[in-house]
Amino acid sequence: MTMFLHSRTLIPGMVLTVLFAGAALISLVWVPYDTTVLDIANKIKSPSWAHPFGTDQFGRDILSMIMVGARTSIAVALVAVGIGMVAGVPLGLAAAARRGGMLDEFIMRMNDLVFAFPSLLIAVMITAVFGASALNAIIAIGIFNIPVFARLTRGAALSLWSREYIMAARVAGKGAARISLEHILPNVANLLIVQGTIQFSLGILAEAGLSYVGLGAQPPVASWGRMLADSQTMISFAPHLALFPGLAILLTVLGLNLLGDGLRDILDPKLRRART
Amino acid sequence: MRLGKIGSGLISVLALAASIGMAHAKSDIVVAMQLEPPHLDPTSAAAGAIDSVLYSNVFEGLTRFGPDGSVNPGLAESWEISPDGKTYTFKLHSGVKFHDGTDMTADDVKFSLDRARADDSANAQKALFAGIDSVEVVDPLTVKVTLSAPNGSFLFNMAWGDAVIVAPETIADIKTNPVGTGAFKFSNWVQGDRIDLERNADYWGTPAKLDKATFKFISDPTAAFAAVMAEDVNAFVGFPAPENLPQFEADPRFQVLVGNTEGETILSTNNKQPPLDNLNVRKAIAHAIDRQAIIDGAMFGYGTPIGSHFAPHNPDYVDLTGNSAYDPELSKKLLAEAGYADGFTTTLKLPPPSYARRGGEIIAAQLRAVGIETEISNLEWAQWLEQVFKGKDYGLTIVSHTEPMDIGIYARPDYYFQYDNPAFQKLFEDLTAESDPEKRSDLLKQAQTMISEDYVNGYLFQLAFPTVANAKIKGLWKDAPTQATDLTAVYWED
Repeated sequence: MTMFLHSRTLIPGMVLTVLFAGAALISLVWVPYDTTVLDIANKIKSPSWAHPFGTDQFGRDILSMIMVGARTSIAVALVAVGIGMVAGVPLGLAAAARRGGMLDEFIMRMNDLVFAFPSLLIAVMITAVFGASALNAIIAIGIFNIPVFARLTRGAALSLWSREYIMAARVAGKGAARISLEHILPNVANLLIVQGTIQFSLGILAEAGLSYVGLGAQPPVASWGRMLADSQTMISFAPHLALFPGLAILLTVLGLNLLGDGLRDILDPKLRRART
Repeated sequence: MRLGKIGSGLISVLALAASIGMAHAKSDIVVAMQLEPPHLDPTSAAAGAIDSVLYSNVFEGLTRFGPDGSVNPGLAESWEISPDGKTYTFKLHSGVKFHDGTDMTADDVKFSLDRARADDSANAQKALFAGIDSVEVVDPLTVKVTLSAPNGSFLFNMAWGDAVIVAPETIADIKTNPVGTGAFKFSNWVQGDRIDLERNADYWGTPAKLDKATFKFISDPTAAFAAVMAEDVNAFVGFPAPENLPQFEADPRFQVLVGNTEGETILSTNNKQPPLDNLNVRKAIAHAIDRQAIIDGAMFGYGTPIGSHFAPHNPDYVDLTGNSAYDPELSKKLLAEAGYADGFTTTLKLPPPSYARRGGEIIAAQLRAVGIETEISNLEWAQWLEQVFKGKDYGLTIVSHTEPMDIGIYARPDYYFQYDNPAFQKLFEDLTAESDPEKRSDLLKQAQTMISEDYVNGYLFQLAFPTVANAKIKGLWKDAPTQATDLTAVYWED
């Protein structure tokens, strides 16, 4: 437990992350107001007791929209990071196991290829070809997470392959696949968790960016990015329309980054040693 | 060469002195609008943005629209109509010159009309010229047009931007260097940014009061708001964000003109796509829509409810909104009768304007309330034209039809909403042939009623036309009877 206290960023990061994850979970069973029902007569109301964050241009409750939007953002980012890990980690392990070989070259050059494109550009291309939807946004963001995890895994695994205990395992007759799974993976897991948190926050930003330009989740699914885009022309007289979704994106990303930093402080053996 | 330089320098010094002398009244204007013309030939494209810049300013027709939509003499100073209503003899103004210095004569009129109605013509409104049998040059200032049948709206047709008079010598470059007869000359086009016009010193009629006019193209509503607020532009015609108008109204620097347009904003329905081919289904959709909520929610109150494809400010308008009053219960009942008690799913494809994007979200919610699910997809204009307008691959869409008196599109079964009703086609044929004003009025009323009762489309509202301008600018058109930004009478008040 004391190790949690070593990191100053972990606790605030966790609080923010739990707050938004909690809001998203609660929205599955309950929201203050149904966000698919419009109430034009009550549009653009300032924050009040009935609507703590006010109402938007269609009279929807902004708090409810933020909660449902949290669900959209988190779902998109989570699945996208999942795609990146599930595809990227085995690729990285395989490349490290066959280091210097043809397979390694092939995997890493393919990664470089994907990495060479600005991620949003490809995301725009994917949504332009297959149509704008939350699913295509997930795929687009997910593809970009693959090389991130593949590189990280390979880099970390390479240094492990020269360790004595791996030598021992090889001498004991274990194959590359088994060593990768039983010895390499558990030892790179720390890094992956930290990177996962960072990618998660980038995923939320990417989803908001795609929705902002109209290529993410389509109405009536609430999305923070689209809330920002829709409120653009009204900022001058109804700033709360942009303020709350903007804050939601800011705080979620901040929370995840703090959490990622905190986890690294705790999990990274080098940093841990430096502290003690 | 050297002398020429000094000479021109001297002239510009003199011009500068002259302009300082009359500096009390500004003589140039920057007018912004949302869409940029794809090219500058009004006679070969449907894009309204071309007319928004060039109509009346650079190009003129035999007749022209006034600010109230009336048809006035243009290049023709007068005309005679034969008793059988088939022959129009136009007397042209004398001394009319094209901007390149050549005279505008009856030959140019014949060339323009023949070009527009030719088989290989690229004119977007060929129907305007379809009734013309022959065009004869009587003398340099007289031209005789013979129709195959009497056409009560012929003079109206000749006022359209698609019917302007062009010269054969300059037609080759018209798309980049338009040469017309108007009070302004084209001077420069910086693509993606602006078009400059300058005053035509040799104009045949009342000269323009402005020396220079610049049209700027700002498509983003947020940028439009900023440009007007910062006074980077002097006027914005067709301001895209109605939610910002109250702020301009409250600001003494600006005047806000909210005029009528010919823009019937409709929920276009694919009449051939099941289940939308079912009259009861379309009727159910019509009754599920709360127009006032759409006008308030999407247009912030700017707009007049309509019940058919006809402009409310037209004298022949019949209020048919009662045919499709908001009644979700009736709507559910009609759906059940049509065999869709559990509703159905269709597509809703939305072009970029805010009336469509916001209106679409509101309509989707209203349709959801009666059990109809819509899959919304937001399209850019090019995609919309390709998929919806040309490809007819859609269930529902929202668009504003801004052409004047365009009820005739319902007589075209190949038009994108694919309404094929021989009774209406017959009615429209009678209307075209009729020139007696009273009978025409009666036929127009019948036509409005027929499409309203057939629930061809969901009729939403007449688009308002907001212009935000510097409070000192006078002479701008308030209404938009056609796509035009007529600057010929615009001036700055001291």
